[in-house]
Amino acid sequence: MTSVNSADTLISIRDLRVDFRLDRTTISQAVRGISFDIPVNSTVALVGESGSGKSVTALAILGLLPRENATVPAGSQILYGGRNLLALAPGELQKLRGADISMIFQEPMSSLNPVFTVGFQLTEVLTKHLGMTGRQARSRALEILREVGIPEPETRIDAYPFQLSGGQQQRAMIAIAIACEPKLLIADEPTTALDVTIQKQILELIAALQKRLRMSVLFITHDLVLVGEIADYVVVMREGEIKEQGRVEQIFEAPRDAYTRALLLCRPQLERRPRRLPVIDDFMKPGPLAGGSLEERSRGLRGDEEIILEARHLGKSFYSREGLFGKREFKAVRDVSFKLARGKTLGIVGESGSGKTTVALTLLRLRGESSGEALFDGKDLLSIPQQETMPYKRRIQIVFQNPYASLNPRFTIGQLLMEPLQVHGIGSNESERRDRVYKLLEEVGLPEVSFFKYPHEFSGGQRQRIAIARCLTMKPDVLICDEAVSALDVSIQAQILNLLQDLQDEHHMSYIFIWHDLAVVKYMADQVMVMNEGEVVEVANSDDIYRNPQHPYTKKLLSSIPRGWRGARAH
Amino acid sequence: MMQAALSTVGVPRGESAGLWTLAWRRFCRDRVGLASFLIVVFFFGMMLASGLHLIARDWSEEVGVNYAPPTFMGTAIPDRTAPVAPDSSGSKSTRESEIRQPGEGGGIDIADPLADVLAEIRAEFSGATAETGKAPTLVFGGDRWGRDVLKKAIKGTETSMFVGLAAAVLAAFLATVFGALAGYYGGWIDDLFNWFYSVFTSIPYLLLILAIAAVLNQKGTLTVILILGFTGWTGIFRLVRAEYLKHKVREYIQAADAIGASHARRMFVHILPNVSHVILVQLSLHVVLFIKSEVVLSFLGFGVGVDTVSWGSMLNEAQNELILGYWWQLVAATIAMALLVTGFSLFTDALRDALDPKLK
Repeated sequence: MTSVNSADTLISIRDLRVDFRLDRTTISQAVRGISFDIPVNSTVALVGESGSGKSVTALAILGLLPRENATVPAGSQILYGGRNLLALAPGELQKLRGADISMIFQEPMSSLNPVFTVGFQLTEVLTKHLGMTGRQARSRALEILREVGIPEPETRIDAYPFQLSGGQQQRAMIAIAIACEPKLLIADEPTTALDVTIQKQILELIAALQKRLRMSVLFITHDLVLVGEIADYVVVMREGEIKEQGRVEQIFEAPRDAYTRALLLCRPQLERRPRRLPVIDDFMKPGPLAGGSLEERSRGLRGDEEIILEARHLGKSFYSREGLFGKREFKAVRDVSFKLARGKTLGIVGESGSGKTTVALTLLRLRGESSGEALFDGKDLLSIPQQETMPYKRRIQIVFQNPYASLNPRFTIGQLLMEPLQVHGIGSNESERRDRVYKLLEEVGLPEVSFFKYPHEFSGGQRQRIAIARCLTMKPDVLICDEAVSALDVSIQAQILNLLQDLQDEHHMSYIFIWHDLAVVKYMADQVMVMNEGEVVEVANSDDIYRNPQHPYTKKLLSSIPRGWRGARAH
Repeated sequence: MMQAALSTVGVPRGESAGLWTLAWRRFCRDRVGLASFLIVVFFFGMMLASGLHLIARDWSEEVGVNYAPPTFMGTAIPDRTAPVAPDSSGSKSTRESEIRQPGEGGGIDIADPLADVLAEIRAEFSGATAETGKAPTLVFGGDRWGRDVLKKAIKGTETSMFVGLAAAVLAAFLATVFGALAGYYGGWIDDLFNWFYSVFTSIPYLLLILAIAAVLNQKGTLTVILILGFTGWTGIFRLVRAEYLKHKVREYIQAADAIGASHARRMFVHILPNVSHVILVQLSLHVVLFIKSEVVLSFLGFGVGVDTVSWGSMLNEAQNELILGYWWQLVAATIAMALLVTGFSLFTDALRDALDPKLK
């Protein structure tokens, strides 16, 4: 950072390189000579897509790179208090970790030890690094838990991680990380696994703690818009190199690098709805932006559209055993009714546990018994006998959230895409089916050689294209996208959303688009249904719901959307 | 060879590196694994060749004198084994010297009091007909009837390995079908199989084996295979069931359901290849286990019939011979068994490492 003088610098990274040895002959350069400073008492955001080397940089600072295959070539320096962290003895580094530098991770549930109470894990840090006695540590632990906003810390201190909600777990992680009042807190995608409303709370907490404890924060994320609200400096990384770095206002107001501009614009915005979302490649190509991207698309229902699917009073309960014979009912979905028009998109928004995925799986009869009706072409999908469901199965398809889990790893892409055709007897012979599959691969933007490859050879975005292609083999009338791009980087999300939109324009399918982020849903959906705790809170045309939300819960969701640099300053 | 063997278990390969190919590459990097694989292949070849009567076909022919010592031992044999004294004047005379010996030795050795009588009887029985033309020494010695121990060991390898493999395949097959049904369907089907499993595992192992042997009531290779297969499926069943429980809720199975794949298709086309590494590793672990069990069974007298030879029956014979100082049958069976069991175990370890990577 140019404007920072050395006295204010906490850590300066100079020409850091990290190589990973993949096997005997292949070496991958994860980080290729980056330099930046982390000033005292400020927040630095490290932004980049997956594979950009941002997490590796954080691990290098902590000295946590895997010893077996990671090497840091000579010449790399991470200077902290006049010492090069890369040259420190392991013992000394361990003293720094947790005391001076600490880290919070993406997945709070897997970073907390499930067999110890939160209090134990917190006091452990205090007694080990600060040499407190048990009693001192416990009272200090209570203070810290209160500070990170865990309600009723006196009882929660003896709770096990599984007894806390996702947001509380992340708060507990933060409590452990700040227990010794570190000078630097590294937060590696701390909110990616959390709901939007919780994400906002955690971001506010980190910002508040940073000011109160006068520490520095290195905030790692793939979402540039997210950091606009809290960062002082932004470092944009791509493929192991720094594309641009500067103060947050400069990055957001006058980005110099094309890649930074692309990251800023590929996330759907609330105010605008272009026909196509701009993607990274549009910006990286020389020449002006593609002209069509400024044209707006109009959304919404007029009320006279043909209805293809109508759900009436859908309900789904889960039962858990209680005592010897008793069982307790948990109503995951209560009395959900909606209509889906042909060729239009219904967005379902809600936080985790709101029942939105259960609605989708119930429609497909993937979740067993349920109540209510789902009329599809006049037939109730939920009551037709199991043997007669086949013709309907091919007409309603679903794209799952996690492309890493929804493709059978032992099937080639060809096998994956041929299977539905074989099962439903589409196409008269194998070669006709194969031709169809090749055409579909082209349609979703994958090369023909993919036919013979296995899922593990593809990136997340490509896998989601394969999953979409598999649904398209059956030419469905209704396609359900259950958080279909949430496991992907923002920039890849834009590509998949464009693909889905193109396919809808061409095949005139109806979408049920399930998503936790209102901004994306507004971009994609004609009509939006907001769900909370198994119930429908509000249904309206998408433009109306943003302009004029009726229900307080909808308002709360809307206010949680990250607004970037400008949005934050507008408050 | 390995590649070919694996591809029949897994999926047909396309034109790019599948998971099986990657596993094979990882396997090739493991030197111990590769060496043990060669040992297993060698034994396989021996089993096949012997099964096809290419080698050791004449194992039951009494080619040597009884208890003929290994050739490399030459004359360095206790006097009592004098039938093979390097005197080529014919076995009749050596036998006579053997008969005379205990008396002449002045009773320093504690000799079998019946040995002279037995030898006399034997000499009378086989006298002029068979004794001529029998080799005084054999490559790795001979047994009581003068059969070649080396050939016996090869033939024993065939029996023991075949029993081990067939029983393991049977057990793994039962366990896979049961485990798939129980884990996939759950509910009362799961309860039923679990009850069945509990009954089987609650009976002490040897007692169960002996009970089944008593019920089948006939000796023979097939019986041993059935006994071991029917008792050995329990451990694999539990693992397969657990894998199916885990996989049936995975998204790719839900996706298969959504495209309309039937239960059987989901169970055996979708899930099975994904749990096959578990079954494969368990299969090879059980081959080792069953080879050892066959030895124990034969040793106890519940094993293969008298007309066949296995390592177990060889060891059974060896316990009497050892007292008399004829150690070669014991050593031959032990070396063969130790080599195969160790090789197979190491091979299994390497297989598990190769098939169970931390690959997502």
